[in-house]
Amino acid sequence: MIRLRGSSLPGEIEALSGQRVFDCNQCAKCTAGCPMSFAMDIQPNQMIRLVQLGQADRLLRSKAIWLCSSCETCAARCPMSVSVAEVVDALRQLSRERGMADRSTGAPQFHQAFLDSVARHGRAHELEAIGVYKAKTRRFFDDIGLGIRMFRQGKLSLLPHRIQDRDVIRRIIRQSSGSSKT
Amino acid sequence: MPAYSYFPGCSLSGTSKEYGASTVEVCRALGIELTELEDWNCCGATSGHSASREVADALGARNVLLATDMGLDLVAPCAACYNRTKRAANVLAEGDAARKQRIAELLGRPVREPVRVLHLLEVFSHEEVAERLGGRAMQPLPVSKVAAYYGCLLVRPPKETGFDDPENPQTMDRLLRLCGLETCDWYFKNECCGASHSIPQSSVVLTLVDRIIRNARAAGAEWIVTACPLCQVNLDTRQQVALGEEPLPVLYITQVLGLALGLSPKSLGVPEQLMIPRVPAGAAGGGR
Repeated sequence: MIRLRGSSLPGEIEALSGQRVFDCNQCAKCTAGCPMSFAMDIQPNQMIRLVQLGQADRLLRSKAIWLCSSCETCAARCPMSVSVAEVVDALRQLSRERGMADRSTGAPQFHQAFLDSVARHGRAHELEAIGVYKAKTRRFFDDIGLGIRMFRQGKLSLLPHRIQDRDVIRRIIRQSSGSSKT
Repeated sequence: MPAYSYFPGCSLSGTSKEYGASTVEVCRALGIELTELEDWNCCGATSGHSASREVADALGARNVLLATDMGLDLVAPCAACYNRTKRAANVLAEGDAARKQRIAELLGRPVREPVRVLHLLEVFSHEEVAERLGGRAMQPLPVSKVAAYYGCLLVRPPKETGFDDPENPQTMDRLLRLCGLETCDWYFKNECCGASHSIPQSSVVLTLVDRIIRNARAAGAEWIVTACPLCQVNLDTRQQVALGEEPLPVLYITQVLGLALGLSPKSLGVPEQLMIPRVPAGAAGGGR
């Protein structure tokens, strides 16, 4: 594989993910086994090709990087040991840092609400994370019946479980680049 | 008696509290000693590794190091906690120096060679425990055929988790057979249920869940049995039931083991209606 001059994307992705993206030979086994590929605007094998070609814009604005479920079927089956899922994690990080994350998927807002809750308490407070997510996306009435059922079963606690060493957790999450931009 | 440090994770005190309760009950019945990690933190789950590798490393490593300070191998019943924690332990054991250095900086403490990270299923498969299970008279259960569902995070990526055969795992099937159950051969035992998208992308997730449920039904499963709180909640709450069809119950492995060991359905968080239809008289509710 010839490396194109002029794009920093392949190098950045390799550094963030630890994956060797130029090992990919486009067999597309990742796409064949991907459970989310039917909903993606760019297929998993295409993502790797676009990284090789330095097409940052198309990748970082795509829905596909937020639709990956991180199931790692691609990683388990890749004959060249490339994990698309871990490349996707690196793309998500860059996408958020550059303010290019596709918010129509709801996924960037959900991850942010979840991590904010962990940063506050050291553990995830499910009710709070879901509430903040709904406020951010204005999807107030999705799953309302399900929420009420779980609350009645005592599965959604009103109060968070807080840990002593919260400061360390907050520092870890806040120091991660892009964590407060979505 | 095998002893472990115990990392319950966030789900087990909330949306999956019955998994937490049944884990504690079954371990007590089998003489497995669990000591909860003091001041454990969230593993970050999908949101953590989606933020950065650093966040995932540091959140996971803190719990591994708490267990290492206790000198006890760590056990997690949640497949997501297990996956993230084991991967952090792998970094501490064999990661490059810069990555370990960054963990030490973020945690404000030195890192060290970690203890082992195990999933609860691996603890039940421990020779001593398996022998004890095999030697017990098992109570009859209200169903005869179940589908063991492993999902993603136990088996993938195989080079990180090293858990069983990633394409056809059998660990849970073996435990279920010890309970006197027949287990299905089916195609979706390691297919993703999409749990990390259950809230933001529920319409996509309905498709994934539907495929899994249909295949389990076609294979003759009367229950699906999982070892992951995210899978259980997702397969249970995102399941679409056709007219005239009963929902396919989704239970935790610890609930099934507990019932087979004669523990009360109530203590395991098993809904009474699952026990009523076909249970032989006197099979459930006694024995404690």
